Amino acid sequence: MSDAHHHHDHDHDHGGHHPEPPSEVEARALALESLLIDKGLITSDEVDRIISAYEHDIGPMIGARVVAHAWADPEYKARLLSDGPAALKELAIDYPASTRLVVVENEPGVHNAIVCTLCSCYPWAVLGLPPTWYKSAPYRSRMVSEPRSVLAEFGLSLTDGVAVNVWDSSSDVRYMVLPERPAGTEEWSEEQLASIVTRDCMIGVAKPRVPAESTTR
Amino acid sequence: MGGMHGFGPVVTERDEPVFHARWEGVVRAIMQRTNGRYYNLDEFRFAIERMPPDDYLRAGYYERWLHAVETLLVEKSVITREELAQGRMESATPRALAPRASPPDIQPRFRPGDRVATRNIHPKHHTRMPRYARGKHGVIRRVYGPFPLPDTSAGGQATDWETCYAVEFESRELWGAGADKNDRVCVDLWESYLEPEEKR
Repeated sequence: MSDAHHHHDHDHDHGGHHPEPPSEVEARALALESLLIDKGLITSDEVDRIISAYEHDIGPMIGARVVAHAWADPEYKARLLSDGPAALKELAIDYPASTRLVVVENEPGVHNAIVCTLCSCYPWAVLGLPPTWYKSAPYRSRMVSEPRSVLAEFGLSLTDGVAVNVWDSSSDVRYMVLPERPAGTEEWSEEQLASIVTRDCMIGVAKPRVPAESTTR
Repeated sequence: MGGMHGFGPVVTERDEPVFHARWEGVVRAIMQRTNGRYYNLDEFRFAIERMPPDDYLRAGYYERWLHAVETLLVEKSVITREELAQGRMESATPRALAPRASPPDIQPRFRPGDRVATRNIHPKHHTRMPRYARGKHGVIRRVYGPFPLPDTSAGGQATDWETCYAVEFESRELWGAGADKNDRVCVDLWESYLEPEEKR
């Protein structure tokens, strides 16, 4: 995975927004790691454990499970909207005390989306680490001033009269969007529901989509 | 960066890996193990903001993190420049910081629905009021209670606590008539960034 050629498998332009890490940076990172290991501040096991947790255990499937449960249980949804971390605890999900989770609900006529214009604050405990585009200058600069054109680039066109609420995460509150449950999912299990709740839906740059075959069951 | 022009479209990467290379994960892990022990998150953010602007824009995300971690660990005497250059330990590790005190019991000045004006300030130190939200009118939507004030916390001194609020602005208040009349931007702001509207 650390192969530098990996980058070129993707069909996007790096164009200065996402520079290749020069090998000098990598060397610095590894030198600092070994220095801190010598000093007893970290161990290589800890480093590997943290990397592995982000790669395998912490990701949007956590948020998707929460959303699916909120769709299935309106009382749970009310608790989730009033106290995010407590509602997560009901599902045996530990939310870290360093930040506060606030879930904002999409409704007919109101579409929510999250951004961090000052840095890259993101509800990583429920969505995993943010994609590069979330941390990029184009998203951070434009999402507050021209959210509709940014959403259109993600293929999300909102009809007139729908209000866009953008939440700029400037404090230690972390926002997550609760999308609207799509029609045609009334009989679905929570597992099925969770399968259509993507990371982008919970950032607010997409809506959950019901696959064509499942509407004609 | 809110409202800046010229960065172009949002570029997404299909099937993006969590880390593009192991060193990115190493930097993240180092930050996670030293944040809260030798520096706080506001100091970390400010160390990134202290990068020269052209370096900041040129650097990748985890390169900025690495810069901040190196800077803070040297400034806090956890490591020395020489050790960093040589990659070899010369002196033992100092003691970690005491954990942050718990928040005091403070009364919020504003309530949900109150109209407020944001102060027009332009400090050189770290602050969490985005430039685009300064000198504007908005409404208190949520009261979050006492949070450490980033402006002083980023200096690493004793923590000042202030009530933090979610303040809602109409997009037209922020961006003018070109913005959609229905749209809103909500920003989390500390009490000293705000004044009651009528006193403005």
